[in-house]
Amino acid sequence: MTSSENHTLSGAIFEESAVLTVKDLSRMCAVDERHIVEFVEEGVLEVITAGTAAVDMAEWHFSGASVRRARRALRLERDFELNLAGVALALSLLEELDQLRRELKARR
Amino acid sequence: MEFKDYYKIMGVERNATEAQIKQAYRKLARKYHPDVSKEKDAEARFKEVGEAYEVLKSAEKRAAYDQLGQGHRAGEDFRPPPDWDSGFEFSGASAGDSAYSDFFDALFGARARSGRRNAREGFQRGQGEDHHAKVLLDLEASLRGGTRPFTLRVPEIDADGRLVSKERLLNVQIPKGIVAGQHIRLAGQGGRPPGDGTPGDLFIEVDFQPHPLYRIDGRDLYLELPVTPWEAALGATVQTPTPAGTVDLKIPAGSRAGSKLRLKGRGIPASPAGDFYVLLQVALPPANDDRAKAAYAAMAAALPFNPRASYGAHTS
Repeated sequence: MTSSENHTLSGAIFEESAVLTVKDLSRMCAVDERHIVEFVEEGVLEVITAGTAAVDMAEWHFSGASVRRARRALRLERDFELNLAGVALALSLLEELDQLRRELKARR
Repeated sequence: MEFKDYYKIMGVERNATEAQIKQAYRKLARKYHPDVSKEKDAEARFKEVGEAYEVLKSAEKRAAYDQLGQGHRAGEDFRPPPDWDSGFEFSGASAGDSAYSDFFDALFGARARSGRRNAREGFQRGQGEDHHAKVLLDLEASLRGGTRPFTLRVPEIDADGRLVSKERLLNVQIPKGIVAGQHIRLAGQGGRPPGDGTPGDLFIEVDFQPHPLYRIDGRDLYLELPVTPWEAALGATVQTPTPAGTVDLKIPAGSRAGSKLRLKGRGIPASPAGDFYVLLQVALPPANDDRAKAAYAAMAAALPFNPRASYGAHTS
């Protein structure tokens, strides 16, 4: 059976265009909203709106790329049984490693 | 279906202690976890290791497995190719979180799978599930934009309650500058909830087909450009294909094989735009007639050149 849709669908690049709330992130990563808040507090995720602590959590916004980052953090947490500080450390070291690899490749 | 030797996969003895199994898992996870590993088939290996650990870490599952495993040997190794899930539409968690082997399911049932995946059930009633699909795209689509047709296979339950695979044809406008690993979100094209409610979104993850000329690395493109020895040595202007069309590329005098020239911002037009790299290869003209041989001989006589000088060898 085939369903055909002749009109053209268009969508934006999710990682670059999406603006997500804590609720969205929690749904897309299938975790508790509290866990997302913990990621923010630990610096694993960054809030893109003027992120003063005074701003209400309901007004926090995240970029689409945060989904991949949060999922990666969740996998590291689960598969290595890391705590939040460990996840944050692993992520920042992995990012540094990626960056260094890219620079090395560009130089060689 | 084949028998899986979980002990062999984990590299432990059959009488290994819980602590040894955990230790082996940690070591393998650090090596093959797709989030930390650069190994080639990391994802497939980690899946295998995760499945083995899931069984061996639990006393009950391990006992059941041991009982079944007596007298069996590991079947021929089977690994799905990296693009095995290309063109499939999955519901629920992203495609990367796919399930364990048939062997595992046969032993412990699909319900025994651990993971957060089931945690989403019951989330947000009235909202349809997000669907995920992976597609292979030609590089041109990202360089210039344009629409591409995709055929996705969508699993569905038919009127008789059977699981059937339905084909869905989609024409999708490709956002210019998209790079591998990014997603196109098609709002409202995901699962429809029963009754009325908002349908979920369809996320299309993009990967590229290999390009005949360019190697694609993130937003950067690499071209291997053959030049003659005299073009490399003396410098030259050579016609070079780039994504924006053929350009006159200046080869600086004294270039060597492996020299890298960067055309900033001429890669994939993402934000920021990627770069275009030209890697020089020096191609030698064949010495297949007397004139060519004489030219090489004249060069040998004129140039006191020993590429092996650092080895302490001599030219003759």
